[in-house]
Amino acid sequence: MAKIVGGIGCSHVPAVGAAHDHGKTENGYWSPLFAALPAARKWIKDLAPDVLILVYNDHASAFSLELIPTFAIGVAQWFENADEGYGPRKIPDVEGHPELAWHITESCILDGFDLTIANKMDVDHGCSVPLTVFFGEPEAWPVKVIPICVNVIQYPPPTAKRCYDLGQAIRKAVEEYDGDLKVAIAGTGGMSHQLQGERAGVINTEFDVNYLNNLRDNNDVNKNRSHLEYIREAGSEGIELVMWQIMRGAMEDKVVEKFRKYHVASSNTAFGIICFENAPEEKTEAEVKAMKEPELVEYANALGIKAHVDDLKKYTLEKVLTKLGYS
Amino acid sequence: MTKEEKAELRKAFADIPGTYVFTPEHSKMGYPLNMFCMSLNKAENRAAFGKDEAAYIEKFGMSLEQKEAVLKRQWLRMLELGGNIYYTFKIAIFDKKSMQHVGGKMSGITEDEFKEMMLSGGRSIIGNRSKEQDY
Repeated sequence: MAKIVGGIGCSHVPAVGAAHDHGKTENGYWSPLFAALPAARKWIKDLAPDVLILVYNDHASAFSLELIPTFAIGVAQWFENADEGYGPRKIPDVEGHPELAWHITESCILDGFDLTIANKMDVDHGCSVPLTVFFGEPEAWPVKVIPICVNVIQYPPPTAKRCYDLGQAIRKAVEEYDGDLKVAIAGTGGMSHQLQGERAGVINTEFDVNYLNNLRDNNDVNKNRSHLEYIREAGSEGIELVMWQIMRGAMEDKVVEKFRKYHVASSNTAFGIICFENAPEEKTEAEVKAMKEPELVEYANALGIKAHVDDLKKYTLEKVLTKLGYS
Repeated sequence: MTKEEKAELRKAFADIPGTYVFTPEHSKMGYPLNMFCMSLNKAENRAAFGKDEAAYIEKFGMSLEQKEAVLKRQWLRMLELGGNIYYTFKIAIFDKKSMQHVGGKMSGITEDEFKEMMLSGGRSIIGNRSKEQDY
């Protein structure tokens, strides 16, 4: 059985890819963001997913106004990097996982999500910038990628709730897959930003931080927000945050936050990245107290408490009991 | 969602200051303009546009106003005429201009002022949520 092992929310600001490609990651403007990324990259490396389902939006690259699929899933073996007007980025092509992609397609459509099926879909910065953020500059990307492209440009995009529900259908599909695969899922875009009009440059840090906290603890707030609220509060392009809901829907109700970085501004955008694992099964107070030290430390870490076998056991125990609400 | 709620939502978009939600009306009006921008994804089209801008844009069926806005790089006007920023920005890429340059032009400040604003936390949301209400 395949399993979803991790979820990531991540902005896909094109300038972040350009900063990386042009060796500017250590300058004063970009270093506050890039210096934070090794911890996220280590988390992903340790997670070692076989497949990454990458939810993003196309920015007039593979799709134009000629054809606007609300949800399109890439089932191809390979996806090339699009020319967005600068010439394609000089980064590896993206290798797909047709077998799992077709399985998800079949399962989701039968469960009521009528995905558009793409056998050719060049991927743009929406897909490639998160790959750069997660993996840096490898010879080849270390995971197979299933791109899922969402329309968030033409009104109306899908609602946050619909995106969340699609995430749930994707989780069900992955868990019904016969192969033994570790699957991660990323929802990308956002956070607050507006590229257009007299209000260009608007940033709403309070909204973004609440979005991140609610994503972890109280996602109904994010899931039930209307398009109007997203656009008014997070900017016309902040509507991209609905795509993070697909990731959240694919994760279980209770998640543990493993990494977060929020940075204003990268180009015109508030950059956010957050990494989740599903919370471990909740143990009773007696079960926790009966744990031997290595097991307790492992459980503490799964709960998001940074614990180590060299720490005093009673401190780790206290933290775990507090986290579970037993003391 | 009820019919009334859908209509209310559309009306509410118009209350957000300085924001052009890409509604079906915008999309219909902007189709030729945006499809011209889309053509700049191809290197050979960028070369043709560079050689003779006025001649190149003739083949897309744009209105006179749209053509003028493109040739004069009137970024805000392009939005008013149905342009979408992800499409119109392709003209800026062609010009080797940044999103801050375009953002500045649309909001009446210089590129440097725009960059400075972003470095100091961006344009404040406070007072920028609604035309009708000050919050």
